[in-house]
Amino acid sequence: MERQEICNEMRLCFPSYSANEGFARACAAAFCAQSNPTFDELSDIKCAVSEAVTNAIVHGYRSTVGDVYMTMRMTEDRVVRIEIRDKGCGIEDVQKALQPLYTTDPANERSGMGFTVIENFMDSMRVVSTPGKGTKVIMTKKLTVIPRIRG
Amino acid sequence: MRTLETPLKCLSEEGVLTVFLEGDIDHHTAQSVRARIDTKMFIKRPSELILDLSGVHFMDSSGLGLILGRFTKATELGIAFKVANPNEQIRKILDLAGTERLIKIETNREVY
Ligand SMILES: Nc1ncnc2c1ncn2[C@@H]1O[C@H](COP(=O)(O)OP(=O)(O)OP(=O)(O)O)[C@@H](O)[C@H]1O
Ligand SMILES: [Mg+2]
Repeated sequence: MERQEICNEMRLCFPSYSANEGFARACAAAFCAQSNPTFDELSDIKCAVSEAVTNAIVHGYRSTVGDVYMTMRMTEDRVVRIEIRDKGCGIEDVQKALQPLYTTDPANERSGMGFTVIENFMDSMRVVSTPGKGTKVIMTKKLTVIPRIRG
Repeated sequence: MRTLETPLKCLSEEGVLTVFLEGDIDHHTAQSVRARIDTKMFIKRPSELILDLSGVHFMDSSGLGLILGRFTKATELGIAFKVANPNEQIRKILDLAGTERLIKIETNREVY
């Protein structure tokens, strides 16, 4: 398979403070904005990033503080790939965790819809997790090609 | 960004308490917002609680949790519950969770 050329990349690392949920969304939006996405695509991406980063903060690190890593890549054919990783507690049963409405934290009014949101708002999602080591969520979305009028 | 000090915009009329939420609702902001809604609900004891989302630009599943949680609390207290004016992005999340099977969602375009 031909490998698509990468037109931009970025790497981000921040502590698992809840204030960084909004920061991560803003960074993802700023990165994608270079490729002129539609408003809906940008909304979907921001939401998916928010879900994965929040999961790293509330589940991965729980009451501890650790680093959350976010890398983004844009290819020439307008596919954005986002990876969000933590070195937190990991997930015992990923298949179970992916099920809609499944949550290990109902006490804090979690609805168990985070992964379902990512799956629906992005084109692909993959979750790789090792208990005791951490979790990695990789998602992609192809942006539509919108004709751009240049001055 | 909403902080603890930001007062909640509310309208109380004939037993109907409307809370106007603003800004981004995520895990970071949801905690204080939910506490302030509950305080208002306990003090006012309305017959109906409406969460108006016309000022909310972004919401993720933490916001969904907040809405479902307020619905549960309101129902326990015998208070009718409604959500008003979600934007398209919020609507997508509400639909994904099948929220409308439980909660009335009203879109009242005049508010915009
Ligand atoms: N980064 C992570 N580290 C450890 N466990 C995780 C992580 N991400 C998700 N999980 C586990 O997977 C479950 C499902 O996650 P999902 O985001 O779908 O729902 P939730 O976070 O529980 O609720 P919501 O996202 O609706 O607030 C979580 O309850 C948690 O047990
Ligand atoms: Mg989640």
